[in-house]
Amino acid sequence: MSAHTDVHAGHGHDEHGHGEHHEHDDGIGHVSLKGYMIGFVLAVLLTAVPFALVMSGGLKDPSATAFVILGFAAVQIVVHMVYFLHMNAKSEGGWNMLALIFTAVLVLITLSGSIWVMYHLNHNMMPALMDPRNLP
Amino acid sequence: MSDAKSYDTYNTAAAPLRFHQETEHHPENGTLLGFWLYLMSDCLIFACLFAVYGVLGRSYAGGPTGAEVFELPLVALNTSLLLLSSITYGFAMLEMQRKRVNPTLVWLAVTGLLGAGFIGIELYEFGHLIAEGNGPQRSAFLSSFFTLVGTHGLHVSCGIIWLITLMVQVKRKGLIGPNKRRLWCLSMFWHFLDVVWIGVFSFVYLMGVLP
Repeated sequence: MSAHTDVHAGHGHDEHGHGEHHEHDDGIGHVSLKGYMIGFVLAVLLTAVPFALVMSGGLKDPSATAFVILGFAAVQIVVHMVYFLHMNAKSEGGWNMLALIFTAVLVLITLSGSIWVMYHLNHNMMPALMDPRNLP
Repeated sequence: MSDAKSYDTYNTAAAPLRFHQETEHHPENGTLLGFWLYLMSDCLIFACLFAVYGVLGRSYAGGPTGAEVFELPLVALNTSLLLLSSITYGFAMLEMQRKRVNPTLVWLAVTGLLGAGFIGIELYEFGHLIAEGNGPQRSAFLSSFFTLVGTHGLHVSCGIIWLITLMVQVKRKGLIGPNKRRLWCLSMFWHFLDVVWIGVFSFVYLMGVLP
């Protein structure tokens, strides 16, 4: 019994090793129809809702509509990352995720920083220059 | 019992620290990681262009506003084309995994055609805007709009050229290792462009037509 278990374990290990080696030959992991279809259905829903919302006139408050649009966009970006770009914490030993997080931080700083600074710059301009016709 | 416990504690404290797990493999081929890093740097380019649009997107200089120039049905059609091309590329990857050359080529061709349709509609939109005198020189809003959307379109065009090149390579050499690696890289590129387009249609078009 013990010998049998040992043999079995050894076989399993071999298979595992072979599978990993094979994956390296292929480049990276395994893709599945199920994953792509889940991603696609979610992406269609997350695209259709904001389009329908805006094309039907939107919510009463434009800024509320904007928040809904941005919320859907953020969720859809995550869906694409997971189901289409196959992001997970383990691929390439975690370096993919690290680079992604670093980039996300830089993108947030760039976007929010620019908009914040430039808004205040406009706000503090001399009123005479704030005539809409003088703006670029 | 107490002895065993203290021994355990001692053992845990004295156990050598292992920072490198045995299950972790050093990637034999760094191409995919390198390509991912390229995509992240490309992402920063788009972040800058988005920031420019965020700052200038409401500076109309007395010209037309987003609500006046954007045609949402056209954008919806464009978005569907790009989304469909993402899933057809996924089908190509599935066929590549099954090692079937011809179905892979067919799905790649469908992806390329959908991408070409996307570019065609975008060029029509740009041509229409310029013909009406709403070209990039009209206002800061339109300058930043053309730069952001045009850069994305340029990326998609390059993706189509790459896709055709890869189709020729797969046709001639089959699904060999290097071709699989290239298909993986293009897959990441193509899906990445779809992610950028989510930002474009949400931030530029949908939010642009709001009052």
